[in-house]
Amino acid sequence: MRFAQPRTTEEAAGLIAQEAGLTRILSGGTDVMVQLKSGLVEPDLIVDIKHIPGLRAITPEDGGFRIGAAVSGAELGEHEGVRALWPGVVEGVELIGSTQVQGRATMAGNLCNGSPAADAVPGLVAANAIARIMGPDGERDCPVAEIPVGPGKTTLAKAEFLTSIFLPARPDRSGDAYLRFIPRTEMDIAVAAAAVSLTLDAAGTVTAARVALGAVAPTIRLVPAAADAILGAKLDDAAIAALMEACSAACNPIDDKRGTIEFRTQVAGVLAKRAALIAYSRAGGTV
Amino acid sequence: MALDNTPKRVFKVVGTRPPRPDGIDKVTGRALYGADVSAPGMLTAHILRSPHAHAEIVSIDTSAAEALSGVKAVVTAKDFAPQDDDFLMDVLDNCMARDKVLYDGHAVVAVAATNSAIAKAALKLIKVTYKALPHVTDVDAAMTLDAPVVQEGRSLETVPEGMSQNVTSHCEFGHGDLDAGFQKADVVVERSFTTAATHQGYIEPHACLASMTADGKADLWCCTQGQYNVRDLCSAALGMEGSQLRVTASEIGGGFGGKTTVFIEPVALALSRKAGRPVKIVMSRDEVFRATGPTVSSSIDVKIGMTRDGRITAGEAHLRYSGGAFPCGTVDMGAQAAFAAYDLQAVRTLGYNALTNRPKEAAYRAPGAPQAIYAVESVVDELCQQLGLDPLEVRLKNAARKGTRSSYGPTFEDIGLVATLEAAKAHPHYSAPLAEGQGRGLSAGFWFNFGGNTCVTLNVNTDGTVGVTEGNPDIGGSRAAISQMAAEELGIPYDKIRTIIADTSALGHNDVTDGSRVTFSVGLATIKAAQDAIAKMCSRAAQIWGIDEEAVVWKDGAAEPAGPNAGKFPPMSLAEIAAVSFNTGGPIAGHHEFNADGAGVSFGVHLVDVEVDKETGATKVLRYTVFQDAGKAVHPSYVEGQMQGGAVQGIGWALNEEYIYGEDGRLQNPGFLDYRVPVASDLPPIETVILEIPNPGHPYGVRGVGETPIVPPLAALSNAVSRAIGTRMSSLPMSPPRILKALSKG
Ligand SMILES: Cc1cc2nc3c(=O)[nH]c(=O)nc-3n(C[C@H](O)[C@H](O)[C@H](O)COP(=O)(O)OP(=O)(O)OC[C@H]3O[C@@H](n4cnc5c(N)ncnc54)[C@H](O)[C@@H]3O)c2cc1C
Repeated sequence: MRFAQPRTTEEAAGLIAQEAGLTRILSGGTDVMVQLKSGLVEPDLIVDIKHIPGLRAITPEDGGFRIGAAVSGAELGEHEGVRALWPGVVEGVELIGSTQVQGRATMAGNLCNGSPAADAVPGLVAANAIARIMGPDGERDCPVAEIPVGPGKTTLAKAEFLTSIFLPARPDRSGDAYLRFIPRTEMDIAVAAAAVSLTLDAAGTVTAARVALGAVAPTIRLVPAAADAILGAKLDDAAIAALMEACSAACNPIDDKRGTIEFRTQVAGVLAKRAALIAYSRAGGTV
Repeated sequence: MALDNTPKRVFKVVGTRPPRPDGIDKVTGRALYGADVSAPGMLTAHILRSPHAHAEIVSIDTSAAEALSGVKAVVTAKDFAPQDDDFLMDVLDNCMARDKVLYDGHAVVAVAATNSAIAKAALKLIKVTYKALPHVTDVDAAMTLDAPVVQEGRSLETVPEGMSQNVTSHCEFGHGDLDAGFQKADVVVERSFTTAATHQGYIEPHACLASMTADGKADLWCCTQGQYNVRDLCSAALGMEGSQLRVTASEIGGGFGGKTTVFIEPVALALSRKAGRPVKIVMSRDEVFRATGPTVSSSIDVKIGMTRDGRITAGEAHLRYSGGAFPCGTVDMGAQAAFAAYDLQAVRTLGYNALTNRPKEAAYRAPGAPQAIYAVESVVDELCQQLGLDPLEVRLKNAARKGTRSSYGPTFEDIGLVATLEAAKAHPHYSAPLAEGQGRGLSAGFWFNFGGNTCVTLNVNTDGTVGVTEGNPDIGGSRAAISQMAAEELGIPYDKIRTIIADTSALGHNDVTDGSRVTFSVGLATIKAAQDAIAKMCSRAAQIWGIDEEAVVWKDGAAEPAGPNAGKFPPMSLAEIAAVSFNTGGPIAGHHEFNADGAGVSFGVHLVDVEVDKETGATKVLRYTVFQDAGKAVHPSYVEGQMQGGAVQGIGWALNEEYIYGEDGRLQNPGFLDYRVPVASDLPPIETVILEIPNPGHPYGVRGVGETPIVPPLAALSNAVSRAIGTRMSSLPMSPPRILKALSKG
């Protein structure tokens, strides 16, 4: 097993493209190291991207923020600007692991690890965040929602990797929120999760919404029907009931040691309701 | 057996809270745990484990592994001495499968190599041919007649005719006329319960270093609760004489009963014998979960009758436990403990153990009692609800006390149950208001406590300090407590004493650190060893003064003439006597060895408030108070630590911890991510109230405290949750999916 610390994105892309064996990108390493230790993967080459200049930067751009792929949860959490604009995204990232894990874990790693229960991803999907991807043929942009395709699988090509994630600007009177259910209070993996991002008009009517669910299907799921359920409403009981129903209907979970199909389906709706109410109040609405 | 007739002794050191002797080493990382010992030329070993729940081992081909460069030894069951004794054979078969693998994770082959990577690579080169057999992991399923038989011919004569061969033992306890008792009842509640197998969850995985030389002498360093037990089991497994194997216990990162047997130690010795080099084995967490002892899983029926005013008229329990793939006697303790808190006219408990394709049970704090008492205390709570009675008053009304004929036979001496219940009743927690959606649960708990074989040496050093050498690994603060008792008895300051834990060649046999026995038994032996040393020091003083030995007494750490008639000499302190000991007959040491009796049972009462999120089934523990009779709390902080630790483990057991098996009979959650012990933020501060009802069997009144606190939490939590959601829960753990399901059924 070899270890490389390239200094440019081009160098990194070249190293991966040339490698005949198995490669693993290393960001924070909080998934990779665990997988190495348990013998789950035995890569031939590990490419650590943390030392590429710019990859640990958070930069304002077009009223939003570009977040380097190697920015840790702790760094993101300390950024006042991102917190204010996308509190739901930040709270998802901050739920990852513990203080120690936060010092290393990244949003990009959380996304590319491909877990259906990844805590940062529903918030990013609800935010319609855009990933910037470097590859042998240069850079391209791709919505975060299109990256995961199944447990441990992404749409990234072999020599591609994320260099940043862009969180767009948003209108006034917008809010987002993320909630997960775990049987404990921390250090656990989501059994069901929901992120809601919405925008209100002056009267408190929802004019735009995105709802994403985690841990209830093979990938994080954007649920347009759930967003439709609250569009044009003020989160009255009927809208909430329709939201919950749409979320439960969108679930396609598994029965496993972490939770039953029945439980996940039911709780996904409950979390969506609670997240929607938080997002609504963050957007300045009062129910 | 009151050894000290002085009533209400005033203690100087006992009852204080000196700093723990192992504290600095532990927080600075200097403490040497099982995995921290190394030796020159050491090899690292890994173990190949069964991927099947139940299978015949058709063949094992290790030739490719042996041919790998760096591999120095390979062992299988063939490398161990066959045992005549069933118990020893089971322990050994559990360390290394012989003809069949009996559970997922059962060890099959071990490889020692020059490094870990080579040993792991070698495991992949081993070809084991299995013939898969049908398996059974559920205790009730295992007791049906068409269940796959885990091991044939293991049933004791006590098992009634016509039961599955998986049923290995049967027991019965109780007295009185049950039918008449139930007839007197105004209400009878009968319910069935299940509890999942749970793991002790110690932080430190099993680890050892074995070194055997060509002349057959061996040294073994390991984390264990009993080095003498390890020596006995390993020397038998290897066919060696006990004197040739010296076992040294490392500092231990938790045991809770799970380190009272061997798993890797005989394997490391066999590898070292073959390789002629030291061999280290450190288990991974996955191995700890799959192959070391969880507690039993259980299925229990309880029937209790009560009069309208809360008097229990009869109690009956049928307990079905499974201790995994080997015979297991834990159900006997459950059947004895089930109704121990009650003074009953008519009581009967029946117990059965059944084999399943699960790892061999190892002791876990009060083995067998939490499950049984959970079922009994749940039914008592339900009766209280049905009759509109206060659950504490009902327990007080029926409480066992001095003179009660216990449900398991013996008549109780001085016990602290009533005092403990009264303390709970008087505590503000019991009367604090509850909000909507919250529930309060209460449970009493009991444990026998043990004494056992103990041997202690107390060395008086010439500089006036004292070394206590004892043979029980310190898993809960016993070194501090033992130093305190030595200081108390000798009349010298605590910090003049250092207590160390000896290897197996340094002292006579000591039973395992279990049964909450150490502070009681080793403490008692230390007091007696101190008295022995005191007698010798008095004799030295008499010699110096030229008076009769009988004319010297020991007071406040010094010898002095018994009275004016004995002579007029100033007191001689321990330090002064020790300083001249070479001129008065040589070194001074006290000894004591005995099989300690009179441990004194212990009772506890736990109170808990919970809040259940009715939309998700999540339980939040809001407030928790533990009341327990410690006899005499030698080091109160450690006693509180035991009470809190037991409560925490019990909360985990009640809410989330469980061994989950798939259809394929494989363990689904062998790691701390999915085997959910509580994390700190899951817990409220756990308040403790120590009661001190002296144990007449100990000069300071000490009772064991380590096990009782894990007994009440299961029922306390279940009662609290059941009251909060308005539905009786009868299955542990009460994980959110289970609670949500119970709520949807209403
Ligand atoms: C104790 C502990 C607790 C945890 N708790 C949680 C939790 O609560 N919620 C949760 O969601 N996760 C949790 N995790 C998992 C993990 O911390 C997160 O998924 C984290 O966000 C991963 O980020 P990382 O930077 O450490 O990723 P890494 O381990 O560096 O990488 C993860 C994966 O993504 C790939 N990768 C990384 N960066 C890139 C990139 N720029 N481009 C392409 N591929 C890339 C890697 O090759 C690897 O496959 C926990 C892990 C631990 C050890």
